[in-house]
Amino acid sequence: MQRIGVFVCWCGSNIAGTVDVQAVSDALAHEPGVVHSANYQYMCSQAGQNLIKEAIEEHKLTGIVVCSCSPRMHEATFRKTAAAAGLNPYMVEIANIREQCSWVHKDMATGTEKAIILGKAAVAKVNLNAPLTPGESPVTKRALVIGGGIAGIQTALDIADAGFPVDIVETKPTIGGKMAQLDKTFPTLDCAACILTPKMVDVAQNENIRIFSYSEVTDIKGFVGNFDVTIKKRARYVKEDICTGCGLCTEKCPMKNVPNEFNLGMDNRRAIYIPFAQAVPKVATIDPEHCNMLKNGKCGVCAKVCAAGAIDYKQQDEYISEKYGAIVAATGFNPISMDKFDEYAYSQSKDVITSLEFERLTNAAGPSSGHLVCPSDGRHPHTIVFVQCVGSRCASCSEKGKEYCSKICCMYTAKHAMLTRDKYPDTEVYVFYIDVRTPGKNFDEFYRRAAEEYGVKYIKGMVGKVSPENGKLHVQASDLLADKQLHIEADLVVLAAAIEPDKSARPLATMLTASMDTNDFFTEAHPKLRPVESPTAGVFLSGACQGPKDIPETVSQAGAAAAKVIGLLAKDKLTGNPCVANSNELMCNGCSSCERVCPYGAITYVDKEFRMPDRTTKVRRVASVNEAVCQGCGACTVACPSGAMDLKGFATKQIIAEVDAICK
Amino acid sequence: MKKELEAIQSEVIRRSGVNPKKCMRCGKCSGTCPAYDQMEYHPHQFVYMVESGDIEPLLKSDSLYQCLTCFACVDRCPRGVEPAKLVEAVRLQVVRRQGNNHLKTDSIPALIDEDMPQQALVSALRKYSK
Amino acid sequence: MQVNGEYKPLIVAFCCNWCSYAGADLAGNNRLAYPENVKIIKVPCSCRVNPMFILRAFQRGADGVIICGCHPGDCHYTSGNYYTRRRMSLLFSMLNFLGIEKERTRVEWVSAAEGAKFAATMNEFTEAVAALGENKRLEDLRCKR
Repeated sequence: MQRIGVFVCWCGSNIAGTVDVQAVSDALAHEPGVVHSANYQYMCSQAGQNLIKEAIEEHKLTGIVVCSCSPRMHEATFRKTAAAAGLNPYMVEIANIREQCSWVHKDMATGTEKAIILGKAAVAKVNLNAPLTPGESPVTKRALVIGGGIAGIQTALDIADAGFPVDIVETKPTIGGKMAQLDKTFPTLDCAACILTPKMVDVAQNENIRIFSYSEVTDIKGFVGNFDVTIKKRARYVKEDICTGCGLCTEKCPMKNVPNEFNLGMDNRRAIYIPFAQAVPKVATIDPEHCNMLKNGKCGVCAKVCAAGAIDYKQQDEYISEKYGAIVAATGFNPISMDKFDEYAYSQSKDVITSLEFERLTNAAGPSSGHLVCPSDGRHPHTIVFVQCVGSRCASCSEKGKEYCSKICCMYTAKHAMLTRDKYPDTEVYVFYIDVRTPGKNFDEFYRRAAEEYGVKYIKGMVGKVSPENGKLHVQASDLLADKQLHIEADLVVLAAAIEPDKSARPLATMLTASMDTNDFFTEAHPKLRPVESPTAGVFLSGACQGPKDIPETVSQAGAAAAKVIGLLAKDKLTGNPCVANSNELMCNGCSSCERVCPYGAITYVDKEFRMPDRTTKVRRVASVNEAVCQGCGACTVACPSGAMDLKGFATKQIIAEVDAICK
Repeated sequence: MKKELEAIQSEVIRRSGVNPKKCMRCGKCSGTCPAYDQMEYHPHQFVYMVESGDIEPLLKSDSLYQCLTCFACVDRCPRGVEPAKLVEAVRLQVVRRQGNNHLKTDSIPALIDEDMPQQALVSALRKYSK
Repeated sequence: MQVNGEYKPLIVAFCCNWCSYAGADLAGNNRLAYPENVKIIKVPCSCRVNPMFILRAFQRGADGVIICGCHPGDCHYTSGNYYTRRRMSLLFSMLNFLGIEKERTRVEWVSAAEGAKFAATMNEFTEAVAALGENKRLEDLRCKR
């Protein structure tokens, strides 16, 4: 039997004005278990709290009911008070007689009556309360960053700087991501390689960072502080530690016609290749789909020319298991496919290109060595048409485009247009737009400069049709401000394709039990207040995998995610929420209902040995709750058909006791 | 003809001292214009047409004479484009040609009104005639 | 429920901790009156509400039961209110079959910002339950005093 103390607060006249506090404390004094009942002007004041502490000691109280304001206001206060007097803080219950009684009722009689009932319900609950202790779990002081673009690079560098080891897993043979493919970056027009490659070198040289390139995460188990991750290191048929990256093999390989994905297929590479000169790690990789030696066993040129002897045709995929305390998703984005936008003739003409392809065409390390040419015949284009919002803000065509704004296109199109006019003043540059959206530091000024100083022709309206005619592109578009249809003979058409999350994000989210929106962007724990955390504890978000982002935003988010990771890894132990689910193993029949409804993957099944009444033992499959992962929603308690699952702090018996107390 | 129009366009821009490229098409000039209802081409269209070289319809339009030159648009333009000055420059291009006076001396007596200040007549003659 | 020989509807409201309980607090902060017949029980999430609790309330003489949770898509636990929606539509149709009018039961989404909606919902619900009269169908006579 509990020894309960009841403390009724007047809250000045806030409660006492509509509730007869003396009557409430008198009525509750006779409830089962109540050994002490008092009222005071301000329970939350120092004097009020002392009153509670003294009563706990004097009456040897085991539970407390405070009839006062909302628990959202002062539950934490009174729990601390109880703890200070040596009582378990979870033995405190609040009856909300201010917000949900005295403030909404005007009549003293009814207010008092309701306050007594609410107090009785709280007493009934405390009678069944049990002391709770939050669980503790250790933290593995190592972080995993999935994705090696600028987001992953920045996050890894920041975590490593704080002294924690970090591993980067990247599916491509090199880190660098999309930013490595870019030419210049808005709004300052720094060259992307000049600011990115030093960071890549920093990553390679940082003692706290390991890079798993050409690798992918295949399995994630565990929970915050204790993730068990399996990484598949795909065979690149080159020994990473021996290869010097001299590049001789990539010059001698006879397979010359492999489309170069780094240049988006606009030129060719060999079957053995290094994606670009500043690749990190600078190691060759053999493409097994095109290598004659691997396919037919004939060739072996690369092995012959390699002075270091790094080629290994028999290399196998390698699986690495590692433990991590925190995981950062930085899987990035891709432009969507233009296949379904036939109106722009992307598949019909080589001179219709995407903005990323344009980026490679203007890059000095690109397929045309930085000369802006028409990909079809290499001539210099005199009229260029940029089309914005291709597939973005496309609500009715979900199978073609995306409903959201891709955010970065307005700025990079302004950049492309400006750079073109700067380098080739003889070109006519048109930009067709629905809206120009340039909110960002120095962004709008940048766009206006393109229009005003560089004479880029911004036309409000969309291109409706592009048709290749006599080696040129006939562009038919609307000029909404002049209310006219325009016909332009263009040499090059550049499409600002919408961006979408990388395809690897969805399976990764499943492994992480992290939530995603309908567009496959990772969901943040709170859109405003917790923007870099996933609702799943221990999982953090960096860069465009959370939503379209430009480089400055990505880098700041990457730093924020790193700060959160550092905050987690700096702890030796994690203290959980003690109000978690727990399963009565004797009642559990192992049906998996709870496992299926748990949004956090906190429930697993274990085989346990039980002693049977006839003294034999039997192994049964029973549910086991991971207290570090459980958030205490209680969905499992209702799903459980045998009533084995219960929620600490909100136990079935406690809630029923409250119902009974109210309905008496 | 095309060459001639281009010449007129650059002359209009030079004389007015206006850079129509600065316009970001907010429409505030038309929103503020007191003669909006009388005009065929409204101030924002005027700026855009000069910018895109679509000047021929402007030369023929009565809008040139509907503009009150009140300069409300100049005062309120967030980008400092000064549409009224463009209108004025185009108007000059028209009225300075032979036989293109919009207000002829002969028609003045019919316009005279007791209440009309003399200054209005003088300025109208200056605005609409060579 | 009869109180001193007079019918007074008794409403049990289950409110989730994150949205609706805060919404009820907001109604209080704004002094938006609703009938004292409504008694609130806090649960972590609307999906913690076991159908058993509702049956128990009706057995013990409650005249109406309302469950308030976060709006769909806003659940603090991502998907809890979707479970509630499914479970309760099933339970309520069964209760309706048993003769508990469907006006006596309700699921309502109330966010932490919707104090006015909370008060309006409670006013309306209490009125609807009051119009139906006492709940006798599921009442456990052994519990009668």
